[in-house]
Amino acid sequence: MNHIALKMLMGDKGKYIGIIMGLTFASLIMTQQPAIFVGLMSRSYSFISDVGLPDIWVMDAKVQFVDDIKPLQDTELYRVRGISGVEWATPMYKGLLKVRLTDGTFQTCIVVGLDDSTLIGGPPVMIEGKLDNLRNSDSVVVDIDGARDKLGKPSPTPGAAPIPLKIGDTLEINDRRAIVAGIAKVTRTFQSQPVIYTTYSRAKSYAPKERKLLSFVLVKAKKGQDIAELTRRITKTTGLAAYSQAEFQELTYEYFMHNTGIPINFGISVLLGFIVGAAIAGQTFYNFTLENLRQFGVLKAMGASNLILLRMILLQAVLVGSIGYGLGVGLTALFGFAMRNTILAFKFPWQLLLFSGTGVSLICIFAAFISILKVIRLEPAIVFKG
Amino acid sequence: MELAVSCKNVSKVYDTGGQKVTALNCIDLDIIIGELMMLVGPSGCGKTTLISVVAGILDQDNGSCELFGENLQDMSSKDKLNFRARNIGFVFQSFNLLPSLNAAENVSIPLILNGMKRFEAERKAVTVLEQVGLGDRWKFLPSQLSGGQQQRVAIARALVHNPRLIVCDEPTSALDHVTGQNVMTMLKDVAMHKERTLVIVTHDARIFDFADRIAEMDDGHIVTVGGIKAKKLSLNSAS
Ligand SMILES: Nc1ncnc2c1ncn2[C@@H]1O[C@H](COP(=O)(O)OP(=O)(O)OP(=O)(O)O)[C@@H](O)[C@H]1O
Ligand SMILES: [Mg+2]
Repeated sequence: MNHIALKMLMGDKGKYIGIIMGLTFASLIMTQQPAIFVGLMSRSYSFISDVGLPDIWVMDAKVQFVDDIKPLQDTELYRVRGISGVEWATPMYKGLLKVRLTDGTFQTCIVVGLDDSTLIGGPPVMIEGKLDNLRNSDSVVVDIDGARDKLGKPSPTPGAAPIPLKIGDTLEINDRRAIVAGIAKVTRTFQSQPVIYTTYSRAKSYAPKERKLLSFVLVKAKKGQDIAELTRRITKTTGLAAYSQAEFQELTYEYFMHNTGIPINFGISVLLGFIVGAAIAGQTFYNFTLENLRQFGVLKAMGASNLILLRMILLQAVLVGSIGYGLGVGLTALFGFAMRNTILAFKFPWQLLLFSGTGVSLICIFAAFISILKVIRLEPAIVFKG
Repeated sequence: MELAVSCKNVSKVYDTGGQKVTALNCIDLDIIIGELMMLVGPSGCGKTTLISVVAGILDQDNGSCELFGENLQDMSSKDKLNFRARNIGFVFQSFNLLPSLNAAENVSIPLILNGMKRFEAERKAVTVLEQVGLGDRWKFLPSQLSGGQQQRVAIARALVHNPRLIVCDEPTSALDHVTGQNVMTMLKDVAMHKERTLVIVTHDARIFDFADRIAEMDDGHIVTVGGIKAKKLSLNSAS
């Protein structure tokens, strides 16, 4: 009876496409909205993942997330270096500084100061120039989005896009000259300000004079050294907080989850998408069964058991479910691909496939279930009704 | 005389939201194997209800109804389904073909429900379609066939598994006179033989001639059962 179930399903092209479209739409919003959510939330810690190389981040014990800078004294760096199990430890400055552009306007930028000798913690991708250029005096590396937009020079024709900053251009940070020596690509964060990389000592000279300017100490563990053990040792010896990269990402992520409206706002839109998708898909499939009730009645009168009809409905549900899911996920992937170079946050981990797959399955099972109930309760005597 | 159907004291009451409608009221009816029995009577008198009980797709409230000596109400639902699948063919007023299956596929369904493999069933279906004069149309969808042709497909479907009883509810009502006559002629030619029984519900007086016996119903009762001649007289005197 399987081929009959399939023909019933596909016989009416309009309805068939309708059901598939409903399910495609459902899987699309069930994948795309969470993908944006995951993308957005991963931005909270993308600065940490961009830095990549160190195993451990050391910071003030009160720091709650990556943008919550509570500076340390430079001496802390040497204390950390002295701890056994530490392969190397480098300083990092991270702060918001006012940058004066060539046209005289000011723009707040994230300035990152990297260890002078190793330049550890630099941007993940250099687009123009080399990170090593930072060793030249006054040089900085600017992120491409900032260079194109907020740091760009105003266009001579009013209303047109600004002229991007390029290598050799100069800026002024806190009255000190900075020469652009490279353009980098960084992963977007929640902070929309341009990112400027320079060396640690130069960053200190840009920053307002303070006793404490060290934001983080980045630590690489010795080969074979247990990371968790080393973080505990650092905390115990220095009284500072030490997190593995994953822990620090988690800390930051949790902070944003608990202290911003993003999760609840997005949660609602994901939930709503789920409900709308479920309603549309479930409704169209249930309607399909209702409209075919008479056909099921005829089969029942002719001696088809409930089990046979149940298998037919399940097969129909599984088929439309898989096609709809495939299309929905495919469209989401296309969407993500089309948006890859835009400001839109979008991340599509496999867990999400599982999530929307489960969602669509639930919808189909539910729709099939209520359809099956209807068919089981069906009196075959309806076949004689006009 | 062996009986195909033996109804004794059969009653059926529909209960729709507190309102009770007595559709069958102590029906006694015997139908002999090999005969063509017509059920006639005014609209709403219970004809459809009666053949639904006879065909085992509706349970009566009271009385017994035996089919070929077996009481369907005593059977498990599985046995009942199997019994139906093996022994009964259906023809409906509105054809009830599955619209997305072609003629051969529609006709093959009873065979598949009886466990035959799909391709064998469809081959067999085509031979039965040939018998009803539609051998060249086996690939057509119901929507590509005329009403009379659709009813012939339905008749082929009712016949294909060689059931002992065929029940038809108003098989000619949706067709014009000539087509109706043709369908009846064909039904009688192809379907009738000494092992097979036909029960046909109709109010189409023009096909009464095809009947061996006619049972006339009114208001849930069987009023008269008689040969075709007697019936014609009684209907004439009534009007
Ligand atoms: N499913 C149902 N629920 C409630 N009442 C019903 C149901 N089916 C039939 N009836 C009632 O039972 C009575 C007999 O109906 P039935 O369909 O058997 O009549 P019929 O003789 O076939 O009529 P017609 O010639 O119009 O087809 C009618 O009064 C009808 O209203
Ligand atoms: Mg009727």
